[in-house]
Amino acid sequence: MTRLLVGPFNRVEGDLEVELDIEDDAVASARVTTPLYRGFEQILVGRPPADALAIAPRICGICSVSQSMAAAAALRALYGVAPAPNGIVAANLAHAAENMADHLTHFYIFFMPDFARAQYAGRSWHEAALHRFKAIEGAAANEVLHARRRLLEIMGILAGKWPHSLAFQPGGTTSAVDLGQKAQLVAIARDFRRFLETAVFAAPLEAPLALKTPEELERFCEGEGAEGDFAAFCRIARALDLEHLGRAANPLMSYGAYRGEDGAFLNEGLFDPSTGALSPLDAAAIREDVSHAYMRDGPEEPSLGRTEPYIDRPGAYSFAKAPRLHGRPAEVGALARLAVHGHPLVRALLARSRGSNVFARVVARLIELAMVAEAAEGWAKALALNEPFCAEPPPDAEGEGVGLVEAARGALGHWLGARKGKIRAYQIIAPTTWNFSPRDASGAAGPVEQALVGAPLEGHGARAASVQHVIRSFDPCMVCTAH
Amino acid sequence: MSAGAFNILWLQAGSCGGCTMSMLEHGSGGLFHELGTLGVKLLWHPSVSEETGTEAHVVLERVEKGETPLHALCIEGAILRGPDGTGFFNRLAGTGRAMLDWARSLAAKADYCVAVGSCATFGGIPAADPDPTDAAGLQYRKAAAGGALGADYRSRRGLPVINIAGCAPHPGWIMETLAALALGVLTADDLDALGRPKFYVDHLAHHGCSRNEFYEFKASAETLSQRGCLMEHLGCKATQAAGDCNQRGWNGAGSCTKGGFACIACTSPSFEDIRDYHRTPKIGGVPIGLPLDMPKAWFMALAALSKSATPPRVRKNATADHVVVPPRGANRPKE
Repeated sequence: MTRLLVGPFNRVEGDLEVELDIEDDAVASARVTTPLYRGFEQILVGRPPADALAIAPRICGICSVSQSMAAAAALRALYGVAPAPNGIVAANLAHAAENMADHLTHFYIFFMPDFARAQYAGRSWHEAALHRFKAIEGAAANEVLHARRRLLEIMGILAGKWPHSLAFQPGGTTSAVDLGQKAQLVAIARDFRRFLETAVFAAPLEAPLALKTPEELERFCEGEGAEGDFAAFCRIARALDLEHLGRAANPLMSYGAYRGEDGAFLNEGLFDPSTGALSPLDAAAIREDVSHAYMRDGPEEPSLGRTEPYIDRPGAYSFAKAPRLHGRPAEVGALARLAVHGHPLVRALLARSRGSNVFARVVARLIELAMVAEAAEGWAKALALNEPFCAEPPPDAEGEGVGLVEAARGALGHWLGARKGKIRAYQIIAPTTWNFSPRDASGAAGPVEQALVGAPLEGHGARAASVQHVIRSFDPCMVCTAH
Repeated sequence: MSAGAFNILWLQAGSCGGCTMSMLEHGSGGLFHELGTLGVKLLWHPSVSEETGTEAHVVLERVEKGETPLHALCIEGAILRGPDGTGFFNRLAGTGRAMLDWARSLAAKADYCVAVGSCATFGGIPAADPDPTDAAGLQYRKAAAGGALGADYRSRRGLPVINIAGCAPHPGWIMETLAALALGVLTADDLDALGRPKFYVDHLAHHGCSRNEFYEFKASAETLSQRGCLMEHLGCKATQAAGDCNQRGWNGAGSCTKGGFACIACTSPSFEDIRDYHRTPKIGGVPIGLPLDMPKAWFMALAALSKSATPPRVRKNATADHVVVPPRGANRPKE
């Protein structure tokens, strides 16, 4: 057995270190390390509760709105305040813009460039991948950045700027949209839809939205959508058998996404891919284990938890704690959201491999992109311009508030306790804390540590593309992970 | 490497990655196209480069050994010096070395050293009380010179660290600074006393604010989402904060104050130490943070005068979230 150390691991948000034990030219066991700790939970304690709206978004430059939404939701629960309905819609639209920008950035800038690697030279699809997806130089990159820039104009209207906005408040949003801005929001949503229909799917959005089975997906990629980048990925995935790479079979968890007055656009819940069973989410069963984290022991319930670095902790190898639901790891992200929501194609892909895999994760992300892009235009149209966007500010309150939202990368939770006008405790469990969890006290590995086992290296050692695909298929955000 | 290229190496230290996310918005033709136009070559960037693991390590080693010329070292994020000066809170993965160590080593090889964002500049949010990681900027910790590289550090071209403060900075602030460096036209005279490019910090965030009429008449918003001036009650620091924020569009045509919330002076050292961001601290009902270069007595006198002269239109609109009283006669201006 040999041991490999992979890092700096780039084209993820932040930095990541991976230690691999290799047997027979394949990964036998993996340990993932979050090598950055900034101490946000320590910084938040002692501040006025509302200051979480300025501090928490700055955990993450790529999912800053998600952090704002979770902080605002926690404060809302603490204060018991009802937001203005317009504020809910406007916040969901801004959140959608961030999440769509993230899915796009992940697919084109972070994930696809690995197929342009020299390791694949000579494969029938490599020339095309090189031309379209090569890092920095590929033809797609500037098209995508242009579309992303246009999409993020939604932030200029609803959030003032991105990243790091104070527009998201317990009472709603601070930007009261006028008629001209509403017209702009609809136009931006349509421009983005057109980009998806041109570059990503090469077909009207109705086509990817209608896909229900893997067979229909295959027909779409060979037929109507063949010219799109989604189809290009699916063909490469088939050639490389990415459906059998990066498999894991943990419960898939979602807190529910884009909540409105009529419930969530994507439902909350827990889906077990090995049995196909759907069950309700019990967030009270969430715990954080620090047995392999550079952290001191403390209460495991997030509402009671604290964060105290302890660098010399025996056996520790990551700044990330290990979140567990009912004592088990959970996988989160677009795949989990659509599985819980009951998307037939995603459910079928999971059933076929009795678990998650590289292919299913990426397909789910792009299908969700289509779903949210379609909804976004409707949200822009739903803004009622004569109604308020932000409810009266809440009175100070003591107690606890929990904010559970879905970031692009999955379930994000903030647990806030306040006393005498100050934050008493603040705990954050980010999506990548779930997916890139270190081992727990029982030795159970986190989702990505499981998914790496079996990855073939084909003689490429630490440079093997398979390892890159598995890790990036989760779209890790390492700056959020330990925060 | 293409001949004559301006080589940039970009590293992320104790960072949220938001400066990179902001920069990716730059240029209608796409960032990479813009970089090409400027003759900039990214030797390595953690978010966009193909090289990973040992491949990336090789790129860094070549720069460190002087084999690859380094024209600009861009660092995003605070340098975390803790615990106990080890820098262990932020290792560069796979290298067994702290980012503190890499930053010091590579800065010595750089023609120019650029701190991108308020974390790399002054320490930023990670340096907020209780400063759990002993965070610092490259050449400052808060307003005090020093930081990770020391007050005396000069890059190979003789400049101090160029501080693109902002959280996150406008993409134009980043790209225009890099363009000026690539063109060889940025000199020490172009930086203010804190090392920030004057082209954007010789302005106040207040300049060009769309709430200007409300400011003039001291017609103030009382709660968020109202149209009035945010200074009197809602914590706005724009009359004290450096930045041409309201003279540029953010994500199209936005800005913080246009978005309905207060400027929190994110280009300034110690903005992380503000408490109650959306509440104006007052003594005897008077805001303590008045415009910096105006005698306080004059400000008070003018404020009292303008408050008494506030047109009803301005007063009513100030506490509404949309225009409730349009300007009279605006449709038939007189000569």
